[in-house]
Amino acid sequence: MLASQTVLYEEEHKQITEICENLVTEAHAKLVFLVDKNGQLIAVAGDSENMDTTSLATLAAGNIAATGGLAKLIGEEEFSILFHEGSRDNLHLSLVAQKLIVVVVFDHRSTVGLVRLRVKKATTRLTEILDEMEKKRKGDQGNPLFAEITDDDIDNLFND
Amino acid sequence: MSFINYSAREINVKLVYYGPGLCGKTTNLQYIYQKTSPNAKGKMISLATETERTLFFDFLPLALGDIKGFKTRFHLYTVPGQVFYDASRKLILKGVDGIVFVADSQFERTDANLESWDNMKYNLEEHGFDITKVPHIIQYNKRDLPSAVPTEELRAALNEYNVPDFEAVATTGYGVFPTLKAIAKMVLKDLKKQAMGG
Repeated sequence: MLASQTVLYEEEHKQITEICENLVTEAHAKLVFLVDKNGQLIAVAGDSENMDTTSLATLAAGNIAATGGLAKLIGEEEFSILFHEGSRDNLHLSLVAQKLIVVVVFDHRSTVGLVRLRVKKATTRLTEILDEMEKKRKGDQGNPLFAEITDDDIDNLFND
Repeated sequence: MSFINYSAREINVKLVYYGPGLCGKTTNLQYIYQKTSPNAKGKMISLATETERTLFFDFLPLALGDIKGFKTRFHLYTVPGQVFYDASRKLILKGVDGIVFVADSQFERTDANLESWDNMKYNLEEHGFDITKVPHIIQYNKRDLPSAVPTEELRAALNEYNVPDFEAVATTGYGVFPTLKAIAKMVLKDLKKQAMGG
């Protein structure tokens, strides 16, 4: 069996999205999104229209992975915060409990200091939710959704 | 690692195309991208050098349809095949659900295929994965080239665990979709098996 799968239920998704929405407001950010370290997009808040969030998620995870690789080469465990400064928009990426990445897109209406401060607060809350999720999932064998799926369901997906 | 989102009603799966440099991993993805309807695909990202060699990865998100009201989304990645990009290759295998090993059929690439196959197993082990437990299939690409080794010989050399394998000519698209369908199906069936506690 591969590494355990991530399952996100509606209530948890709601809680997580709420944290992201608050972060947008409190950090005066344009957009906040939450990605797992494998590049799966978990939640988005803010102005995500015209934004390719799937690609953003993948590249953010790639960025964190590559920087993590660099960190290990110089004897660091991980660089937990990344900041990219643009001429108009900036990106702030940080790790939550070694599992998720919070990405904040912001412009001149905010500052890196404010973003960092607000992200820290959101990280504490997100870590609590992740801990709760982990406790709930403990002992779960697999997702019940897959137990309900028949081989025919899977075969039918690929019928031309 | 698959990701099931009940709120968005989505099942997300990560597939990785692995293989030696210039074996046609990116070409597989490019063909899939060209032939898929716009509403079923996202943007294809290629992090490549100026000479169009993959530097970090290619990425293509695909939606393959619904199962039990859940959208199935497959995230297709390629690794950089060149030997010296090993650190990047290892990163991309993280959280993988299924692998397509793309072999180059040309006689002169025999050693490169074997080296890449061993490298893949090693990198999987580094992530704590055992190749026998990871859904994978093999594609023998470049069947149209004059120096292509007979498929039987390639099979004997590379298909260590007797998994499904496919001949392909990725530049024309031959074998590309059968490969994709086979691995996608295999991954979903494996997830089902895990859910049944098997």
